[in-house]
Amino acid sequence: MNYEAWVLDGLLALPLVAGLVVLLRPEREAKWVAVVAATAEFLLSVPLWWVFEPGTAAMQFEVARPWIPGWGVWFRLGLDGISLFMVLLTTFTMPLAVLGSWNYIKERQRGYYALLLVLTTGMLGVFVALDLFVFYVFWEIMLIPMYFIIGVWGGPRRLYAAIKFFVFTFVGSLLMLVAILTINYQVGRATGTYSFAYDHILANIAVTYRGAFWLFGAFFLAFAIKVPLFPFHTWLPDAHVEAPTAGSVILAGILLKMGTYGFLRFALPFFPQVVLDPAVVNVVVILAVVGIIYGGLVAMVQPDFKKLVAYSSVAHLGFVMLGIWAVTVQSVEGAIIIMISHGVSTGALFFLAGMLYERAHTREIAAFGGLARVVPMLATVLTIVALSSVGLPGTNGFIGEFLVLVGSFGVYPWAVVIAATGVIVAAMYLLRALQRIIYNKLDKPENEGMPDLSRRELLVLVPLIVLIVWIGVYPAPFLHRVEASAEALVEQVRGPQESFTTVRGTEEGRAWDR
Amino acid sequence: MGSLIDLGRPGGMVLALLPELVLTTWILVLVIVVSWRHRSEGDQRLVGHLATVGLILTLLAVLVFWIRDVRSLGLETMIALDGFRYATDVIFLLGATLAVLLSLGYLGRERIVVPEYYVLLLLATLGMMFMGGGADLVVIFLGLELMSVCVYVLAGIDRRSVFAAEASLKYFLLGAFASGFLLYGIALIYGSTGTTNLALIYVQISTLGLDDNVMLLVGLTMLLVGFAFKVAAVPFHMWTPDVYDGAPTPITAFMAAAVKAAAFAAMIRLLLEALVPAEAVWTEIVWWLAAITMVVGNLVALAQRNLKRMLAYSSIGHAGYLLATVASGTALGAAAFLFYVLAYTLMTVGAFAVLGAAGRRGERDVRIDHLDGLAKHRPWTAFAMTVFMLSLLGFPGTAGFIGKWYILSAVVDAGQGLLAVVLVGATVVSAGYYLPVIMAMYMKPPASETAHEHTRVVGIARWVVGATAVILLLLGVWPGRAMDVARRGSEELRPAVMLTVSR
Repeated sequence: MNYEAWVLDGLLALPLVAGLVVLLRPEREAKWVAVVAATAEFLLSVPLWWVFEPGTAAMQFEVARPWIPGWGVWFRLGLDGISLFMVLLTTFTMPLAVLGSWNYIKERQRGYYALLLVLTTGMLGVFVALDLFVFYVFWEIMLIPMYFIIGVWGGPRRLYAAIKFFVFTFVGSLLMLVAILTINYQVGRATGTYSFAYDHILANIAVTYRGAFWLFGAFFLAFAIKVPLFPFHTWLPDAHVEAPTAGSVILAGILLKMGTYGFLRFALPFFPQVVLDPAVVNVVVILAVVGIIYGGLVAMVQPDFKKLVAYSSVAHLGFVMLGIWAVTVQSVEGAIIIMISHGVSTGALFFLAGMLYERAHTREIAAFGGLARVVPMLATVLTIVALSSVGLPGTNGFIGEFLVLVGSFGVYPWAVVIAATGVIVAAMYLLRALQRIIYNKLDKPENEGMPDLSRRELLVLVPLIVLIVWIGVYPAPFLHRVEASAEALVEQVRGPQESFTTVRGTEEGRAWDR
Repeated sequence: MGSLIDLGRPGGMVLALLPELVLTTWILVLVIVVSWRHRSEGDQRLVGHLATVGLILTLLAVLVFWIRDVRSLGLETMIALDGFRYATDVIFLLGATLAVLLSLGYLGRERIVVPEYYVLLLLATLGMMFMGGGADLVVIFLGLELMSVCVYVLAGIDRRSVFAAEASLKYFLLGAFASGFLLYGIALIYGSTGTTNLALIYVQISTLGLDDNVMLLVGLTMLLVGFAFKVAAVPFHMWTPDVYDGAPTPITAFMAAAVKAAAFAAMIRLLLEALVPAEAVWTEIVWWLAAITMVVGNLVALAQRNLKRMLAYSSIGHAGYLLATVASGTALGAAAFLFYVLAYTLMTVGAFAVLGAAGRRGERDVRIDHLDGLAKHRPWTAFAMTVFMLSLLGFPGTAGFIGKWYILSAVVDAGQGLLAVVLVGATVVSAGYYLPVIMAMYMKPPASETAHEHTRVVGIARWVVGATAVILLLLGVWPGRAMDVARRGSEELRPAVMLTVSR
């Protein structure tokens, strides 16, 4: 059988099977099984990069088989340019997450690694599902492993953080469930075919004039909480701070992308007339910009490094929302690039926060200082990652934010002007933190004996740095694969006559990649 | 086309009642056994095992009817012969069997030696079967009384317990009150239509245009009040927490699952077969009952620290979800009811089984924090309890989710979007008390190293817990078959006249 036919099934099945193996093997083997499985999963997904056909927005690698045929529920999977990167980001992050937990998790390792693997399946399922029922099931099911990871292995306020995370997400997703069912019935009544298939609904959803606003609202709430869009973000600092390192990395790197992915995949294409409604546009763009500025300002006053990184996520995701809502090819591409690079950079920042914590048993920025002399490698990595998070040209952060700002400027000039100041705010809080942690004077005697990065830690961080530089210097292969899907999305929302091509010539982009 | 039975002939009627007759015969045998052997715990166990055999035999009889697709030739005069009856019978028998199996260990541990217990349980089940299958108001009422009287006694079977006595008395007084309402409603409907047969009531109402007849509508309302008492719908739920709390745990599980299901089955049959012309009136009433019940049940459950009371209020919340299927007033709603009630029976019985194990003596006070750290010492029990809690919450991967999805489909299909929103709102609230149970078991340390020494699911109860958890998971992943069965079971649930026209 050829790769295309089984790869998605394989990607979903492998972690589940490995999770079971982890449970059956003795405790000390748990992390070894997990790291092997996660690496195998990544290797399995790597060929997607080449096998994926870039020029088309159509779904690829499609799989469809009946699950509950009586209800029109089929197990449908597929990939396009948007989900391709989400899948690769997930499979890329998971081995690092396992390695990053190596010494941090000491209790109940079997449960922990099994949950990480199950979580992988859940997250991948969200990104590849092409049936609304299947999507919903995966969307909800990954809550459980995350809930346990925060609640069992988290910090001092883990119980509160875990339940808050669960309930916030649950509220949104249940309303989305009602919306999914309503769409199913309205489309079914109009066409005579009751099906949850994405294609079918996308082609016929125009019949839902009645209540389109409310249906959109339900999807919007579910995704906005997940993103999180200001003011739905209050679960985020708690969950990110209390989760163990790998949990924070996965939360920031992958889980947050589910919200923006949901907008790109469902909310926008399904309800273009509502998305472009001036009232909705105003609200979303204002919230996105407020999120950028507010996230930055709050990050600035955090004494806790991990919390600082958590709030910086709110700001970054604000850029993504701005790019999505501008609905131009460039801004959407930029949004997707930010989604990837935020996963990489913020993931790396959380890893570093975790490594600092393992060394000093505190995350207070004030407790450090002058680390550059003691741990030069850690300091270098931290500097590179922080600069990429700020958006320094030559790093991944720059490409995404630049594309979003350029792509949105023609549509919402004022919002872009204000959002651009968010980049300055980001520079302020990150550089200040950087200065206080690794430069300044080495005035704390207990920091003098701090060990530098171990080989395992380097193994975690080097791939992230490679990606940071790669996207920053040569993003064409990424943009090239996203482009067709972004164009299709813009056309779906704005209609064919309004869609305009990118500034950068399409042909040129393809030539670059070759 | 299946086999036909002519209910007009005495032989036909006897044949149509075959499952009930099997159970009745078995009950009589048990009564004789009990009158000889009623002293020791060994006697009691014997009766318990015999009762299980009786229930299984009855189940087989029902299945034979179901598989052979037995139908009635012409009008169903007293007892219905349709998929809905068979499906509900299976659910009652399942609930009863699980309750008996749980009782085997429970009664021994609590030193309750009353072998008549099992006889009463079987009699109550017989009553339920008449409620689910009755095609005549009188049969339904007789079934309801048979069931209720037995359950009054069962609630107070532990004579040494003050709380059980309180539960029993309270249940009896309020239950008798509810029966009064029901009987009065039946009388008024008879007064306005001149018949107690469900099919004929439909004919009378539609041909005589009685759908705005005051006497009929008052009768309908009375009936709804009576049923609302039995299913513990808010605001007629006041008895529930105390009764559930005071009764022996297996009986609580039996009441929460099977007794409630029986009242719902009778209600759905009555409304969908006889009172369709007055649909506008009763959907409105049931809509409000459903909305209030699920909101209040879940909100009050949030405030409970005692696990048994929490489950009692949660069962009120679930009555609200089930009422939503009734409010939709469609065959799809009835199908959703069948599926959900099956899932609900399994998860409720499972949860009460774990609770019973955690209880030991003086179980009235099992608080949520008594489960702290259970996962460390009893990983399988904790896992099963997690499955039950997630299923009650309606989480994907469990039967509870499919059931809730089914209910929401029915509600949305009936154009009651607002009720769907209320339902999911109530579900979110319910996360606030189901999750802390999981949290206690997995995320908190045990109070002491020996805290869970006696928390042990033993004997047959272990099989009950394991089997219910596994079935819930399987139904959550492969629900297709069970859903088809539920759909077929509810399709025939239309006024008999319409049914013959459509054939």
